Amino acid sequence: MLELRHRGGCPGPGGAVAPPPREGEAAGGDHETESTSDKETDIDDRYGDLDSRTDSDLPEIPPASDRTPEILKKALSGLSSRWKNWWIRGILTLTMISLFFLIIYMGSFMLMLLVLGIQVKCFHEIITIGYRVYRSYDLPWFRTLSWYFLLCVNYFFYGETVADYFATFVQREEQLQFLIRYHRFISFALYLAGFCMFVLSLVKKHYRLQFYMFAWTHVTLLITVTQSHLVIQNLFEGMIWFLVPISSVICNDITAYLFGFFLGRTPLIKLSPKKTWEGFIGGFFSTVVFGFIAAYVLSKYQYFVCPVEYRSDVNSFVTECEPSELFQLRSYTLPLFLQAVLRRETVSLYPFQIHSIALSSFASLIGPFGGFFASGFKRAFKIKDFANTIPGHGGIMDRFDCQYLMATFVHVYITSFIRGPNPSRVLQQLLVLQPEQQLNIYKTLKTHLIEKGILQPTLKV
Amino acid sequence: MSPRKLSKAKESESEVKAEGETASDSESRADPAPPPTSADDTPEVLNRALSNLSSRWKNWWVRGILTLAMIAFFFIIIYLGPMVLMMIVMCVQIKCFQEIITIGYNVYHSYDLPWFRTLSWYFLLCVNYFFYGETVTDYFFTLVQREEPLRILSKYHRFISFTLYLTGFCMFVLSLVKKHYRLQFYMFGWTHVTLLIVVTQSHLVIHNLFEGMIWFIVPISCVICNDIMAYMFGFFFGRTPLIKLSPKKTWEGFIGGFFATVVFGLLLSYVMSGYRCFVCPVEYSNDTNSFTVDCEPSDLFRLQEYTIPGVVQSALGWKTVQMYPFQIHSIALSTFASLIGPFGGFFASGFKRAFKIKDFANTIPGHGGIMDRFDCQYLMATFVNVYIASFIRGPNPSKLIQQFLTLRPDQQLHIFNTLKSHLTDKGMLTAYSEDE
Repeated sequence: MLELRHRGGCPGPGGAVAPPPREGEAAGGDHETESTSDKETDIDDRYGDLDSRTDSDLPEIPPASDRTPEILKKALSGLSSRWKNWWIRGILTLTMISLFFLIIYMGSFMLMLLVLGIQVKCFHEIITIGYRVYRSYDLPWFRTLSWYFLLCVNYFFYGETVADYFATFVQREEQLQFLIRYHRFISFALYLAGFCMFVLSLVKKHYRLQFYMFAWTHVTLLITVTQSHLVIQNLFEGMIWFLVPISSVICNDITAYLFGFFLGRTPLIKLSPKKTWEGFIGGFFSTVVFGFIAAYVLSKYQYFVCPVEYRSDVNSFVTECEPSELFQLRSYTLPLFLQAVLRRETVSLYPFQIHSIALSSFASLIGPFGGFFASGFKRAFKIKDFANTIPGHGGIMDRFDCQYLMATFVHVYITSFIRGPNPSRVLQQLLVLQPEQQLNIYKTLKTHLIEKGILQPTLKV
Repeated sequence: MSPRKLSKAKESESEVKAEGETASDSESRADPAPPPTSADDTPEVLNRALSNLSSRWKNWWVRGILTLAMIAFFFIIIYLGPMVLMMIVMCVQIKCFQEIITIGYNVYHSYDLPWFRTLSWYFLLCVNYFFYGETVTDYFFTLVQREEPLRILSKYHRFISFTLYLTGFCMFVLSLVKKHYRLQFYMFGWTHVTLLIVVTQSHLVIHNLFEGMIWFIVPISCVICNDIMAYMFGFFFGRTPLIKLSPKKTWEGFIGGFFATVVFGLLLSYVMSGYRCFVCPVEYSNDTNSFTVDCEPSDLFRLQEYTIPGVVQSALGWKTVQMYPFQIHSIALSTFASLIGPFGGFFASGFKRAFKIKDFANTIPGHGGIMDRFDCQYLMATFVNVYIASFIRGPNPSKLIQQFLTLRPDQQLHIFNTLKSHLTDKGMLTAYSEDE
């Protein structure tokens, strides 16, 4: 990747740097970059310059090397440049979709690994942008610290997940027990070590830079790592909660593009001039229909519908269960006006399909805001794509920017409307309590269960 | 230095752009020649009373008086009870947030972009709503179940908070203006990092408070004591510099402060463990409709005999000593406060040097802003919370019951049976006690 060009002149012997007059500068008054002959403040001031200047002063980063494989290039060498681009994008799209199907076939564990891999790559892409923006690639501590923080946060989240879902597996191993019981403390200690290393690594001339990178790392962690763990939590709820939202977002991307291409006329938002209202609305309706159909197809299979569990006997993940009511066909009475249209009185639907309407609506109405956010980010930092990982499409982040909010929404949706807390977690917490507390709870529970008729009062066990 | 620098300094609202070399850290040391402050908030009374003293001693006296005032204020608030404490924590949090955001505005010259201020405060509101909702749901379970609107708010709490946050996010995206993208993203990032630091810490403080006021008072006093002790030791014995970041800190101050704080923590916890109002978890009782701190003190707060190791026995001439188990924990807390707490102070010093400010704000005369006083507390609250969760208490029983009641019947039965066999194994439950 080419570095950003050095802007602004180097300070002369007199020390004054006079930046060109800027339009749209919010506050008047002297700028920090002026009037300094102090070498120490020079470097920081240049970054101050970087902060407060308007975007127009930054040069654009020239597009980086083209990573299209040689094969494709030769096959398409005959076509014109525009169609060539189209074909590359099309082929890569199909490749990604097939890869997606393949991983689904291979099971939940592979999906987890895939999510982890994507998360690490997204983190890497965003951090690399930060390095380039702040020209801080040469300060070696940052790279170490950023990856260390990524490791810490992942350790914390995976520990929480593992404890929840692998309760039986964990109970067996003694060392794991210790790690789980003091998990928060260990994670916090690891994080603290990183924090102290950061403080000790502060170098006199680069304070501001280091703080910026620290903040950049943390915001990136907040965005990518938490989202990826919510994705995995959704996955454990049942693969359908992972597949339907992600495919809805992808479908919305594609159909909005197609509608915009064929029917697009009114621009949607200044931030992304190529998006149109026609594409937006058309994409919304097609995504809802698509989600509806995908939910219908997937709800039939236990493989997609059952929560992922870890079976200690088989020592692997199992998705076998009695499907909950959500995934059992029910008859719904159609409202009258639809009755006339469809000439049917009732229709058999899975209740999940109703939920899928909510998910698809979110994917098409709010999901694009994630895309706009990423577009704004790219314009702010004058980059065309996050990276060049996928030929024709840009980086991994470019493909996943609309998924930002989707994972969080699905997770919040599930916890609010679908399921209660995780039973094995409740049990695990129960077992940690003091014996007197356990006894009290036992009595309360027993009264409650007998009242509800779930437990028959027995005389002897 | 050059006149241009001085004129620049006067222009900023509430901060001073000092030279890199003389930017002082948050530790209480009087500068022989303090850089010009933009606004001196010292009350007139004090000014007149101290007008005949020299500048250096005046600064000392101002700091000293304000320190005593703050400590007295702290005692009064403790006396007034947990509810007032909660409100004070909330106010401190808002003020800290405001101070840091103002610094961001000044750094990026973005004060005039009106959306930012609205959006920053809106995000603060959202995150606070989310955290307070979780706290209220946990601790005021009975109250919440009674009132129908509260019950609905609490059931869909996460969804409502997420929706509120999303609205703010979409407003941010819609407010992106062509020439100011980078600035806006910076402020967005700045706001979020500030929220992460300030708001989460303050809510952990409140959680600690609910565990028992002693878990709130002892850590905070240890940090304050460490500040003061390290300063005193450094003042009288200081010779070897500790870290380049804060040139006035010394190893002697650091180590002296450590030992003094541990002793102070032991004494303080001994005194406080005797009183119920400090030791009992804060609960909301339905009948009196207010907070009560009344309970049977747990094992932690009952005197126990400890055999002194042989080494110390000969020194002290005692065989055993009566201590509260909590005092052992207080050693861990004081150690953290004196060894790791200062890193929070160094972090803040580095931050101030990075952005060339002398103090976070000018709220407290002689001391700077609220953040200056609380920077060492950053990590303390999180540590105490993690410590409590890992070593002291388990999960909250009433919360567990609440979660249990939302499960499906077959899940409930499964858990009930597992619990039963577990209790039977432990011998807590025998066959006859089934009949009640």
